Amino acid sequence: MVPVDHYLWLSLALFTIGVIGVLTRRNVIIILMSIELILNAVNINLVAFSHMFGNVDGQVFAIFIITDAAAEAAVGLGIILAFFRNRETLLADEMDMLKW
Amino acid sequence: MQVPWQDVFEQTRRDFVFILPEAMLACFGLATLLLDFFLTKKEKSWNSLTAMLGVAFSGGALVLMYKMQGQAYAFSNSIIIDPFFIFFGFIFLASTALVILISVKYMEIEKEQHGEYYALMLFATVGMMFLACGNDLIVLFVALETMALSFYVLTGFLRRDRKSNEAALKYVLLGAFSSGILAYGFSILYGISGSTNLIVIANAITERSTRYGHGDVLTILALGTVSAGVFFKIAAVPFHQWAPDVYEGAPTPISAYVSVASKAASFALLLRLFLTVFWPVNLDWVVVMEAVAVLSLTVGTLAAITQSNIKRLLAYSSITQVGYILLGLVASVNSDGTLHERGLQAMAFYLFVYAFFNTGAFAIVILLRHKGVIGDDVDDLNGLIQRNPGAAVLMLIFLLSLAGIPPTAGFFAKLLVFWALIETGHTYLAVLSVLYILPAVYYYFRLVAAMWVKESTDPVRPVISLAQKFAFAAMVMVTLAAGIFPEQFLRFATYSLLIPFGR
Repeated sequence: MVPVDHYLWLSLALFTIGVIGVLTRRNVIIILMSIELILNAVNINLVAFSHMFGNVDGQVFAIFIITDAAAEAAVGLGIILAFFRNRETLLADEMDMLKW
Repeated sequence: MQVPWQDVFEQTRRDFVFILPEAMLACFGLATLLLDFFLTKKEKSWNSLTAMLGVAFSGGALVLMYKMQGQAYAFSNSIIIDPFFIFFGFIFLASTALVILISVKYMEIEKEQHGEYYALMLFATVGMMFLACGNDLIVLFVALETMALSFYVLTGFLRRDRKSNEAALKYVLLGAFSSGILAYGFSILYGISGSTNLIVIANAITERSTRYGHGDVLTILALGTVSAGVFFKIAAVPFHQWAPDVYEGAPTPISAYVSVASKAASFALLLRLFLTVFWPVNLDWVVVMEAVAVLSLTVGTLAAITQSNIKRLLAYSSITQVGYILLGLVASVNSDGTLHERGLQAMAFYLFVYAFFNTGAFAIVILLRHKGVIGDDVDDLNGLIQRNPGAAVLMLIFLLSLAGIPPTAGFFAKLLVFWALIETGHTYLAVLSVLYILPAVYYYFRLVAAMWVKESTDPVRPVISLAQKFAFAAMVMVTLAAGIFPEQFLRFATYSLLIPFGR
């Protein structure tokens, strides 16, 4: 059986990749994808812990997080669509009407 | 396995009483969406009435709970009904009601009168209420997202306005990012304890801190990620970047709503987590709180001085206010790690009155909105004393309160914070935060000077609609009453925070 800390390192790696992606990418769709990576890192953590403890709380939490990720993607893409209609760009550094 | 369905139904029916305030809001939110179909374009403002009814019924349920006293657990300990929840519930409902009242005319001018607007506000309030009464990581996370997702949409509600689009996009990206980080912290907390229940987690952390001392990696990782997520939501420096942009771009009533209700809800989450789960390691986080509070004061004050946009100025000023509220949290931990009651009292009082005078300042900006003029430039305030003396006097009272000058509520709130700081031996912090009032007076009085001294080129006289009159009456009454007769408010604040957390 794979020990739990392997999963934790995997999840930490995914989390770090996600954070770096959010901070360095310019395209807002890719930023949104990086956020999904962070949420997936959380899910891996939760499921690994859930397996370790032998209770299902973590898996239930993971299902809620997947649902939330879907809702977030729906709202996020809707807002991106509204933004793109008015501005014809998806690059984060061209969002300059409001000073960052 | 035989499932005792009868017992399950019985239990669920009993538990539903405890989420009556939230259930009311959710039902009326759905009703608003439904009734919206039957209204013609001219009748759309009736939606606000449905929403107000929802707030009123929810408030009624909350009053019933207030009368019952004590605490209760529901839904297998995942929800806790205590004075803390009831206190914050009243803050959320009051600010929702105020924002609905000041929205009606604004949305008419923007030609965006839709039922969804009011429904989303009620759904956001449902999220906030669950955030204050959740006793379980899953409930807290879902509640936070319910609130946040509603706010993302509300921020971008002016679909044709480019600023509104941009503000919403920035808010959704940074908000989702911070929720992700917070969720990571939650997963570590689950890993520490094997449960999502806050009480079980608190016990597990107590056990770990006695076994491993201060250097426990998992606790620090959880503490770091959770604080980063929460600091983002309350817009504390260094996680404040989104706030000025969102406040400037969002429809003005929503700027007020984000700065007041969402902030109070995030403070409820922060208090719930830090006073239960992270309480055993309080000497570790209190240093971080100190640093973040002082940074918020500094950055908020310095940035506010140069702003020419009122909404941006109020955004930076609210970052400063967050600094003061966090100092209240610093002052609620004695140097030996025990609870100091005055600090919590100060925080509760501050959050309560802040909801009123900050909404008031934004409401004046709403008054300045008319065809072609957004009304958020400092020059738009010019000569307001001639154009509408009442509005100018109201703005003066709200600004005095924001700056912390007697006889307003803001003064007494700040006084409580300083007092608690001195009592816990943070005299240097108290002196420092008093000094920050001076530049604050300068930038608030730039607005006052614009209203009184400068001549206006704009001939339009702002009028206050009936709904706005009600809102202004409530806001100014609380701002003055809590400043002159604070005892009653203080007793309420004490009741709400000291009973659940006074140990």
